[in-house]
Amino acid sequence: MAINRPVLSKVSKSTFKTIFALFKMSLTVSNLTKQYGHQLAVDNISFSIQKGEIVGFLGPNGAGKSTTMKIATSYLPPTSGCVLVNGYNVVEQPMEVKKIIGYLPEHNPLYLDMYVHEYLAFVCGMYKLPKAEVKSRVKKMIDLCGLTKEQNKRIESLSKGYRQRVGLAQALIHNPEVLILDEPTSGLDPNQILEIRKLIKEISQDKTVILSTHIMQEVQALCDRVIVIDQGQIVADDLLVNLLKGKERSVVLVVEWDGHVSIEDIKALPGVAEVRMEDKRFYVTSLDDTVRAGLFQLSAEKNLSLLSLKQEESSLEDIFKSLTTKGEAV
Amino acid sequence: MIQIFLKEFNGYLHSLIAYLVIGVFLTGMGLLIWVFPETSVLDYGYADLDTLFSMGPFVFIFLIPAITMKSFAEEKKLGTLELLLTKPVTDWDIVLGKFLASFALVLVALLPTLIYYFSVSKLGNPVGNIDTASVVGSYVGLSLLASIFCAIGILTSTFSTNQIVSFLLAAFFCFLFYTGFDSVSTFAGSYALLIKQFGILYHYESLSKGLIDSRNVIYALSLTSFFLLVTKTVVSSRLW
Repeated sequence: MAINRPVLSKVSKSTFKTIFALFKMSLTVSNLTKQYGHQLAVDNISFSIQKGEIVGFLGPNGAGKSTTMKIATSYLPPTSGCVLVNGYNVVEQPMEVKKIIGYLPEHNPLYLDMYVHEYLAFVCGMYKLPKAEVKSRVKKMIDLCGLTKEQNKRIESLSKGYRQRVGLAQALIHNPEVLILDEPTSGLDPNQILEIRKLIKEISQDKTVILSTHIMQEVQALCDRVIVIDQGQIVADDLLVNLLKGKERSVVLVVEWDGHVSIEDIKALPGVAEVRMEDKRFYVTSLDDTVRAGLFQLSAEKNLSLLSLKQEESSLEDIFKSLTTKGEAV
Repeated sequence: MIQIFLKEFNGYLHSLIAYLVIGVFLTGMGLLIWVFPETSVLDYGYADLDTLFSMGPFVFIFLIPAITMKSFAEEKKLGTLELLLTKPVTDWDIVLGKFLASFALVLVALLPTLIYYFSVSKLGNPVGNIDTASVVGSYVGLSLLASIFCAIGILTSTFSTNQIVSFLLAAFFCFLFYTGFDSVSTFAGSYALLIKQFGILYHYESLSKGLIDSRNVIYALSLTSFFLLVTKTVVSSRLW
């Protein structure tokens, strides 16, 4: 008994901690696996999202982003693992989950033969909002999403950008705590993309937002945190700033001389990891900054003048590429 | 459920479907009852509405699947079903809402045929010489038959994203349940009556006599519930 006691208290302490942590979490995904027949769409992923975070769910097509979102909205059941939304289990308490989530599915399905305000009122009814409130809610959403001119049109006669606004309005109408947007800007022209992004930014205050995309700029423009998913597995989960910083530790320098320099000469310099040559330019990958000095010395030794030396900007796109092509490279 | 019912019913009224259904049904029945000499009440000489109640089910076999064929098939194709299923409504709400909307539309189409009843009643000699009990029983029978057909139509529309497939399946199953069992019973020898009782026709005919027997009503309601239950199961099967 005396041996058992401290162990027990330890367990209860940690359980209490996890329960406390769950309260703060808007979305907790633990060991989630989803299998379609023999195909593994989501492979044992875990992450959690705090209240108020804007998280970008990034990955190539077919990585498992939409599947994860469909499970989080109680539309599909997980094969194994569990998803909690504000502490509600998506399998056991689907009604509670559906009430607090605003969801914009992929491809933004809409009832094309309905009028904009009619459709929004219908969605209000589905959330059982009080009748007196419906009119003001619909009006508020129409104003917020910039649909004032279009409110008396049929949805089928709207352009894609406006349809997307209707989709967002429908996801927001019950003032959800968690907003799940599956590729909210896919298929829009650049102007519309900017408008929709601005709208998402506006509405995302004091809400937890999870948006999936395969466009890097979107993440850079909207999100605090990125979860990169590839082939059903999480390959990166970090704040955007950290992810960008982490990559910068290995620097790519582009160097050009006016005479001949062999690749071996550069490789011999301290701190050089990789050298690649493309029409007279050398792409030098290094792990630290000392290599710059080395390159200057090299040109002095060989009596050549340095035509250019610049650092290549490492963008999120490169990070995405390097994270999500590992499987294919092998 | 009421929300979905209203949305579906308004959807019928906003599109051409409702007016086409009502128009086609009334034109067809009108021609059969008043114009075509072989079935016309005027040439027949007896003040009854047998034509309406014997031809009605056959018109319904084509009309009701046309109403119900899009209910789930289209939603699945457009992806709006996902939208519906991620809202805080139960699968039963969706199935019942859709079923009641299509059933209500059929009842609306059936309502104007009451004029035929009053016309025939006025034309009777002496005036009012019509078997009212039989007409009431037949209306109840026809409504119950429509509810079974609607449930079959809703069920088959969950099978496919293609509306034509769901139409053909619904028409086939409606036909099978209406006269199929009756036809099969002719081979069945001593089990003939039992098999006959599985079909709708047997119960429909017995209601047409003007006697609303609880057994017939229970048969129709349980068949409707059965098809709706299967529909709900198909819709929920995404969770398996």
